[in-house]
Amino acid sequence: MTHTKTGKTDPVPYKKKIRWKRMVPFYLMMTPGLLYFLINNYLPMAGITVAFRKVNYKLGLFKSPWCGFDNFEFLFASGQLGTMIRNTILYNLVFIILGTTLAITVAILLNEVRSKIASRFYQTIILLPYLMSMVVVSYLVYAFLSGETGYINKAVLPALGLKPISFYQEKAYWPFILVFVNQWKGIGFSMIIYLAAIVGISNDFYEAARVDGASRWQQIRCITLPSLKPTVITMFILSVSKMFYSDFGLFYQVPKNSGILYPVTQTIDTYVYNALMNQNNPGMSAAAGFIQAIVGCVLVVAANALIRKISREDAIF
Amino acid sequence: MGGILSKQEKRMQLLAHIVMIFLSVLALVPFWLLIAASFSDSNYAVAEGYRFIPKVFSLDAYQYILQQWNQIGRAYLVTLTVTAVGTVSSILIVSLLSYGLSQKDLPGRRVIFGLILFTMLFSGGIVPQYMIYNNYLHLKNTIWGLIVPNLLLNGFTVVLVRNYFQQSIPPELSEAMEIDGAGPFYIFFRLVMPLSTPILATVGLMEAVTYWNDWNNGLYYITDNKLYSMQQLLNEMNNNVMFMSNNASQLQGVDVNALPTATMRLAIAVIAILPIICMYPFFQKYFAKGITMGAVKG
Repeated sequence: MTHTKTGKTDPVPYKKKIRWKRMVPFYLMMTPGLLYFLINNYLPMAGITVAFRKVNYKLGLFKSPWCGFDNFEFLFASGQLGTMIRNTILYNLVFIILGTTLAITVAILLNEVRSKIASRFYQTIILLPYLMSMVVVSYLVYAFLSGETGYINKAVLPALGLKPISFYQEKAYWPFILVFVNQWKGIGFSMIIYLAAIVGISNDFYEAARVDGASRWQQIRCITLPSLKPTVITMFILSVSKMFYSDFGLFYQVPKNSGILYPVTQTIDTYVYNALMNQNNPGMSAAAGFIQAIVGCVLVVAANALIRKISREDAIF
Repeated sequence: MGGILSKQEKRMQLLAHIVMIFLSVLALVPFWLLIAASFSDSNYAVAEGYRFIPKVFSLDAYQYILQQWNQIGRAYLVTLTVTAVGTVSSILIVSLLSYGLSQKDLPGRRVIFGLILFTMLFSGGIVPQYMIYNNYLHLKNTIWGLIVPNLLLNGFTVVLVRNYFQQSIPPELSEAMEIDGAGPFYIFFRLVMPLSTPILATVGLMEAVTYWNDWNNGLYYITDNKLYSMQQLLNEMNNNVMFMSNNASQLQGVDVNALPTATMRLAIAVIAILPIICMYPFFQKYFAKGITMGAVKG
């Protein structure tokens, strides 16, 4: 077959021309996708300069007048920047540390379950919340926390002889609620990633350990956990690179965008949304988005360089 | 020695099962409360709160949905249309693009691939994107506003599908077809697509859930309630209720009874998640596969 193919090839001077012609259909195939990336991703990238413009919807993205760093000055002066950056980073830190620990624990335990049917069954159920939209999650949370009808206020607290709590007006509870909801929704997802890594560990290690009389706990401590190290590092660095981004749905939907709660629920993403759509303040929104994009990009590149150093093949690019 | 080990194993099994049952219950309890609450009598719910077993059972909330089917059915139809059109076009566009990129001798493929990867690292942010879709492409209040922005294609899926094409489709097959005179499009639809059902099913399923669950695009691009999707309908009801409770004193003229009660809203949420809950168990393995593939790269 190779022979017929080389036999068909034209002499060298024409080769390039004919190759191009053969390629035309492939470029045609790629056109819709590439056009999409151009519109959806590259035009907005060019439009990021809007952060330095006084936004005028009539003049549009590329013709609004320049205004230097005014948008950034307003953003700094609003005093909200510190809060939203602090919230974004702190929540991310808690999500990373708690999320990794819980997911690994659950994955190890699930791997211990012998029965395949039971294991599949647990996996299916624990992953279910991951498939729900944050709007639906906010309904689920509201069914528990609502002041008028919520299960906690109407059943749990009275049974304990405690007064009802207006959750959507009290800041103190939200860091816990948000962390809980995040873990509840996300644990199935991260657990599956670690479970796949555990399943991939060669059985020979465990056999050898068993022959040496190692207990189950010792096997987990000395074989499973060290084998998970590369996965943990990759996942950790990936999350660090997303440090300036937050799950908009979690921080917008679950606290129902309640203004009183902003000090503990406002993240960069909810600010960008609120400033653009509710406060008609596209300039400050663009400035916050600009900071997020730049720091975000620096973090991804740094994180990738770090992975490259630790283990080359896990690097993303 | 063996006895001690097996005893230990047994204890481990027990512990594992207990923790898993606990987590499963934790995962399911909110859904149970949601469903139970949607079947409870609305006045009772306000007086006594939701219960896991409704003390006063009622189908009022679902009757309300039937009465309001004009609006709710419409939202359902919007969600179905968006999910179907979005998923099918997404799969088609992704696989066409990835097939082109999988041609080893395609001039410029490295540059193009690099540009696609770059979209995963850097984004222009929401404001410029909003202005492009809103002011230049006029997607506001059209069905495309729900389908196109952000969801149609992402760099990560392109990487997944391209890798699959490169690794799992033997080049000999397409070469053989080529010699028989088949063009690239013919080869793509007759050979590549059918051979790639595993990856396309996984990607398509993830995509379908994303479209079904999306409320972000509605938030930005839809204000016309004729184009509300189920998720946006739920979101809007949320906002209205928050608005009412925050501004109750100024809203004396408004007929509060016209708004759906709490149980009715929950019933709408139930029918919004019903298709996912019903279909999910059959597709669980695809989801698990999609997630683990994602962990390898990205």
